Amino acid sequence: MDAFLAFFADIDWPEIWQATLDTLQMLGWSMFFTVLLGLPLGVLLFLTGKRQLLEQPIVYGLLSFLVNVLRSIPFIILLILMIPVTVWLIGTSLGVEGAIPPLVVGAAPFLARLVETALREVDRGIIEATQAMGASLWQIVTRTLLPEALPGLIAAATVTAIALVSYTAMAGVIGGGGLGDLAIRFGYQRFQTNVMVVTVVLLLILVQVLQMVGDRLVVKFSRR
Amino acid sequence: MIEFQNVQKTYLVSGRQVPALQSTSLRVEAGEVFGLIGHSGAGKSTMLRLINRLEAPSGGRIMVDGEDVTALDSAGLRAFRRRVGMIFQHFNLLSSKTVAANIAMPLELAGGHSRAEIKVRVDELLARVGLTDHARKYPAQLSGGQKQRVGIARALATRPKILLCDEATSALDPQTTGQVLQLLAEINRELGLTIVLITHEMDVIRRVCDRVAVLDAGTVVEQGTVADVFLHPKHATTRRFVFEAEHVDEGDLMSSYSHVEGRILRLTFRGEATYAPLLGRIARETGVDYSILGGRIDRIREEPYGQLTIALVGGDLDAALARFDAADVTVEVIR
Ligand SMILES: Nc1ncnc2c1ncn2[C@@H]1O[C@H](COP(=O)(O)OP(=O)(O)OP(=O)(O)O)[C@@H](O)[C@H]1O
Ligand SMILES: [Mg+2]
Repeated sequence: MDAFLAFFADIDWPEIWQATLDTLQMLGWSMFFTVLLGLPLGVLLFLTGKRQLLEQPIVYGLLSFLVNVLRSIPFIILLILMIPVTVWLIGTSLGVEGAIPPLVVGAAPFLARLVETALREVDRGIIEATQAMGASLWQIVTRTLLPEALPGLIAAATVTAIALVSYTAMAGVIGGGGLGDLAIRFGYQRFQTNVMVVTVVLLLILVQVLQMVGDRLVVKFSRR
Repeated sequence: MIEFQNVQKTYLVSGRQVPALQSTSLRVEAGEVFGLIGHSGAGKSTMLRLINRLEAPSGGRIMVDGEDVTALDSAGLRAFRRRVGMIFQHFNLLSSKTVAANIAMPLELAGGHSRAEIKVRVDELLARVGLTDHARKYPAQLSGGQKQRVGIARALATRPKILLCDEATSALDPQTTGQVLQLLAEINRELGLTIVLITHEMDVIRRVCDRVAVLDAGTVVEQGTVADVFLHPKHATTRRFVFEAEHVDEGDLMSSYSHVEGRILRLTFRGEATYAPLLGRIARETGVDYSILGGRIDRIREEPYGQLTIALVGGDLDAALARFDAADVTVEVIR
């Protein structure tokens, strides 16, 4: 027991607390903007797809290509490529704010694809019934497509949020702050294994909680 | 009421034009129950979906209440669709909404109704379809028959003048089918709703329709009142449907008559004549002997009918035929 406590003795807990808050902040904001961009993009992908309501092969092809390009760039490279854009957008590429643009650009296309897939699961007949009621396109999307796909959309958001957790850790590399940054600075550069262990455990807890909450919500909204 | 004027539809399937409906003209009168029957792929759904323009016609015009549906712009089309209810084989209810919310949906989409108004209307519809106790359930918790009742209530929410039914009973067992058909007949009678229903079962047509059109490979091959088409089918496709409904095979039937003596006739009685003791009386008075080879006494909607296949031997055959004629019995000489 003493050895156990001694192992953690020189940890700077306030710093860990601050890093945890930073990670949560990065996660919260980037998730917010990811949904804001990814959800409409996913809906648009779905609608312009083959045999769908707004079938537009060219638009679909372009969007699909853009999504594929962004998804094929390794996140660590994207972080570096995004630096000029981030600086132009918010004035700095450092800290919590600096991490958000690359996080969103990395995660939004990922979410958009998952949203597209979730919407494809909605029964065509139900969409048709809504059309037959005299619904507009906007009403079809908001009153039928999104509510009917809700469990799938929540699952998609959960997977995306968890992917974002590991992305935030990577963002630490370019000085994004948070638990990943801490792990690199103390755990890797100063050989403080204990800090590394604590950050990994905290990230693990975060992922577990996200998955659990996501699963609960999926069950709650599944009526089939 | 609903008028098809040289309407045709071709689908573009991987660059090729595939005809689904040949040039068709047809009228559905206000307040009637019109049946469309045909085998799978005959073009029934296509025809029905042309009415509320879920499919756009490739040619021709569709007039509803004097309005050219084919010429409507998107706002006009949405308003028009609110005046046409539709129910489906697989019900197509929103699984994420309760029964009450499903029924309320067309009203919410239409806008201009207060919450209180919607609630009153939904309660009224729930009572009409007998689901008052199920308002807060989700579709997954209902039986097929109950789901179709929700479908009907939803279709009626905006008080449409027309109800389109795409194989509304095909996914239901015989008893539930009967109940749903009864409900359709009831709303047709009480609300004066025009109903167009498609099916591949002659029995469905017999029970609820006033008139029927038979579709075969995208062409209307026969149409008329249900009694005429049902009792005296002319086209091969129609005959097949009728014999199917009676669970007999026309060919088998003829070969089983091969060693029956005398004249073989098919007598069709309609209305009052169905229950009159005609056969015995005519046999006695004309001295013919008869044997009954097959037959059925039933109803077409409310009208009773009987159709008997009999063999006549001896006596005065011509006098017997004249007597049947005088009693308004249709006689077809089979052999
Ligand atoms: N969206 C479509 N694209 C291409 N072909 C179609 C489409 N919808 C229908 N068809 C074709 O048109 C023809 C008529 O189809 P329709 O669905 O109207 O038949 P149906 O009489 O309703 O058959 P069922 O009893 O199987 O429902 C079929 O040959 C079908 O393959
Ligand atoms: Mg069909």
